[in-house]
Amino acid sequence: MALDDRKSDFKFVGTRPDRPDGLDKVTGRAKFGADAYAPGMLHGAILRSPHAHARIISIDTSRAEAHKDVKAVVTRVDFSDKVEFKPGLEGEFWNVLENVMAGEKALYDGHAVAAIAATSALAARDALKLIEVEYEVLPHVTDVDKAMEPDAPVIREGAADYSVPEGMHPNVVRYHESGHGDVEAGFAEADLVIEDSFVTEATHQGYIEPHACLATLGNDGKGELWCTTQGHWIAQKTCAALLGIETSQLRVTASEIGGGFGGKTTVFIEPVALALSRKANRPVKIVMNRSEVFRATGPTASASMDVKIGMKKDGTITAAQGVFRLQGGAFPGAPGDMTAMCAFAPYNLTNVRQVGYDVMSNRPKQAAYRAPGAPMGAFAVESVLDELCNKLGLDPVDVRLKNAAHEGTKASYGPRYERIGLVETLEAAKAHPHYSAPLKPGQGRGISCGFWFNHGGETSVSLALSEDGSAQLMVGTPDIGGSRASMALMAAEVLGIPYENIRVTVADTATLGYNDVSHGSRVTYASGLATIKAARSAVEKLCERAAAKWGIPADAVKWENGHAVPSGPNAGDFDPMPLADITADMGSTGGPISGHFEATPEGAGVSFGTHIVDAEVDPETGKTSVTRYTVIQDAGKAIHPDYVEGQYQGGAAQGIGWALNEEYVYGDNGRLQNSIFLDYRIPVASDLPMIDTVIVEVPNPGHPFGVRGVGETGIVPPLAAIANAVSKAAGVRMRQLPMSPPRILAALKEDG
Amino acid sequence: MSKFHVSTTVNGDTVEYLCDPRETLLDCLRDKLNLTGAKEGCGTGDCGACSVTVDGRLVCSCLMLGVEAEGKQIETVEGISDGDVLHPLQKNFIEHAALQCGVCTPGVLVAAKSLLEKNPNPTEEEARYWLAGNLCRCTGYDKIIRAVMDTAAELREAS
Amino acid sequence: MVEVHLWSGLRSLTGGKQVVEVEAATTGELLRALVRVYPQLQAPIDAGVSVAIDGRIIASGLSEAIPEGAEIYLMQRLRGG
Repeated sequence: MALDDRKSDFKFVGTRPDRPDGLDKVTGRAKFGADAYAPGMLHGAILRSPHAHARIISIDTSRAEAHKDVKAVVTRVDFSDKVEFKPGLEGEFWNVLENVMAGEKALYDGHAVAAIAATSALAARDALKLIEVEYEVLPHVTDVDKAMEPDAPVIREGAADYSVPEGMHPNVVRYHESGHGDVEAGFAEADLVIEDSFVTEATHQGYIEPHACLATLGNDGKGELWCTTQGHWIAQKTCAALLGIETSQLRVTASEIGGGFGGKTTVFIEPVALALSRKANRPVKIVMNRSEVFRATGPTASASMDVKIGMKKDGTITAAQGVFRLQGGAFPGAPGDMTAMCAFAPYNLTNVRQVGYDVMSNRPKQAAYRAPGAPMGAFAVESVLDELCNKLGLDPVDVRLKNAAHEGTKASYGPRYERIGLVETLEAAKAHPHYSAPLKPGQGRGISCGFWFNHGGETSVSLALSEDGSAQLMVGTPDIGGSRASMALMAAEVLGIPYENIRVTVADTATLGYNDVSHGSRVTYASGLATIKAARSAVEKLCERAAAKWGIPADAVKWENGHAVPSGPNAGDFDPMPLADITADMGSTGGPISGHFEATPEGAGVSFGTHIVDAEVDPETGKTSVTRYTVIQDAGKAIHPDYVEGQYQGGAAQGIGWALNEEYVYGDNGRLQNSIFLDYRIPVASDLPMIDTVIVEVPNPGHPFGVRGVGETGIVPPLAAIANAVSKAAGVRMRQLPMSPPRILAALKEDG
Repeated sequence: MSKFHVSTTVNGDTVEYLCDPRETLLDCLRDKLNLTGAKEGCGTGDCGACSVTVDGRLVCSCLMLGVEAEGKQIETVEGISDGDVLHPLQKNFIEHAALQCGVCTPGVLVAAKSLLEKNPNPTEEEARYWLAGNLCRCTGYDKIIRAVMDTAAELREAS
Repeated sequence: MVEVHLWSGLRSLTGGKQVVEVEAATTGELLRALVRVYPQLQAPIDAGVSVAIDGRIIASGLSEAIPEGAEIYLMQRLRGG
């Protein structure tokens, strides 16, 4: 998009009006996944493997089927046999099918093996006990490094794709290597080289709303699905493939979504509910409990990483190298490639090399989690950078500024950057009062940068004007964090009518064209771009109608502040015509006026942030308190600043949890030990300080208003920023997350 | 298993339901009374999304049985506003953007209202500890705490 | 001719070359031309690639024009959360 096409003076954009769905959400009337009911509805429940790895010898469902309250039982045979297994990520439908209902083997603790629909939730739960499954328990592995060892149990032969070098264990399913320059020569030029190893545990997205759906499917191949999802078109496409029906015959409606963070970009219970419904010929509702969410839905990958960086005494980085091994459960998909590509992306490097591994183990299938793959790599890289600064006596912000990527820098992952805002975030960090505030004894300050790519994706938007001059806007991206507000602001900006006069609806799959998932920080960017263009197409029609009324050519009319006006003195002398005057009789001046836009926008624009954190470590208990936190991030252009700040704060809070508390704990038996919120402790209100935010605005050349997505980058810097603060506060370098009290105590003890 | 007949009061209305002795108050509110404002986030009393008050006391409705509601006074998120007039907490949660996905919001509002009834002048720390039983995964709590503190100040000024 | 920079992991599929030259005016033509010259690149392209044109990352579009002299990088397809 040409730069001069970009708007920079705004009337609505950048203001902070109430969100359109606010009333629904503070009164309890907003309908989330579990809030739907249907006449004749049955309740589904899923039987799950207690074993981490086991061959399924037999499943006897006869006693369950005979129970009077049970109306259907399904196992793998009730799904499509046309879904093909392929190596790597190419056979993703097969991977999802295998994940939502086990085939020959149960691959992790919690893997679904059968499901029941019964007349009540209690009856369904009770009847699960009537299903008899005979297992042959197999050796299992849940640790990424152990899963790569020669004697590790093989999860599945043939899952490795083209990229894996010969001689690797079959559990290594994808391999990535990239970079440029000569790292060995670069290390030779350095005054100091530090090489270190780091480990992060798997964490869960931890959305408060468990997966829930209500499904109806008949033998005629027509179905309806209501579910909590980040993307109902991907749910439609995937469920149709798994059930062997046509995509267009399944209508999917997205409920209000109670958090996703990447974890609701795929399906788990939805195909199962549809299969049960088809068999029972009645609607079936399935709602996961929290333990099922932890055991069987996507945690993030766990990682084991080696990073080596060389630096001159003046802070110049001479070379950087990283090896990132990620475990993503019993399926391909751990984002080792993304970790590798993002790890060094903030820096202008002459010599860089990065390697990523995608490794399978006996854990649940990893799902995307906010900038998937990036936080782990940043933890390792930014920790080594911090240690280099400590040893060379350099200021950590100055060193990052000295090496920061800017427009024209060749990125560590290949191409040259367009206009980016990293330097601006670092300069804002340096100028922020937080960075120069005095620390109390026992406190440490850490900083870290973070990078994420952002995404465009398939997008369709439709806008229809009403006779009274109001507008309805239909978007296809579920509203996770206030996007209805930002869409209405962007439409108001183009149409020139009040924000309140625009009703934004998340349309179902039957009423709008395909939309990619609400992920990749794409909603405000891509649905926003499509909203602007749909509104512009409506404005063109409005101008045509006004021109016809005035009897002048259409190109002699322009649109200003919600009015058609003659575009110059030669166009004639007419009073501005308000939008509502044009829509009032649109039925007789050419018909209804709508605007549409469908495309896959390519220009999301990469995103950078810098975080500053103060932490205090209690040397007696090992407990860490975060005492002050500041997020600085480039938003391109903040459409609704409240919700941009909210993304920054939420990303930081999730990062704090990942850094300090959260982890998947597996027993020797391969069973998840902490599958409730009491034991998997996400940050609570009393754990956190206020989280300050600074919105930097370096416009994205790929968006008409300059928007860059902001959803994901905020979780990238916290792990390292907190680790750097804790390492200063405690006087020991922390190389493993979470930095829980026992780990910190052990590190202090080891340090003497 | 036979069911129990329960008579109770919810948001001032007299209601009755039949429930299995294993069903929770949350199950009964949602599935029998169609009051789906309270949410089940965990079922173990850790997340607070199902917060309601019973005889004025803040409880997780997932930890209380439906049969235990007999003769009690229950208040849920659906009863917070006075007709079409929102409670100041509700108004401020919208104005402060104190919610993103909104699934924890009903529980947070019930809990915050209960706090302000007991302690009209909480410190930030007191508000944070009172709301520590209400998990929010979206906001980092910053805007929630600000909305609660501002509401407390507003209510003090008004009284 | 367009110079295409590959990621180093692909060198084993191009006889050790990390920069290859093909004739292409759009991203779609570019991918087809790459496979014509280096058939083994079919696998990574099927698995998902993006193309950066002068720094602008084209996630999946096949009809993007490639200007004369543009700097072209093949990248692994990005995935978001």
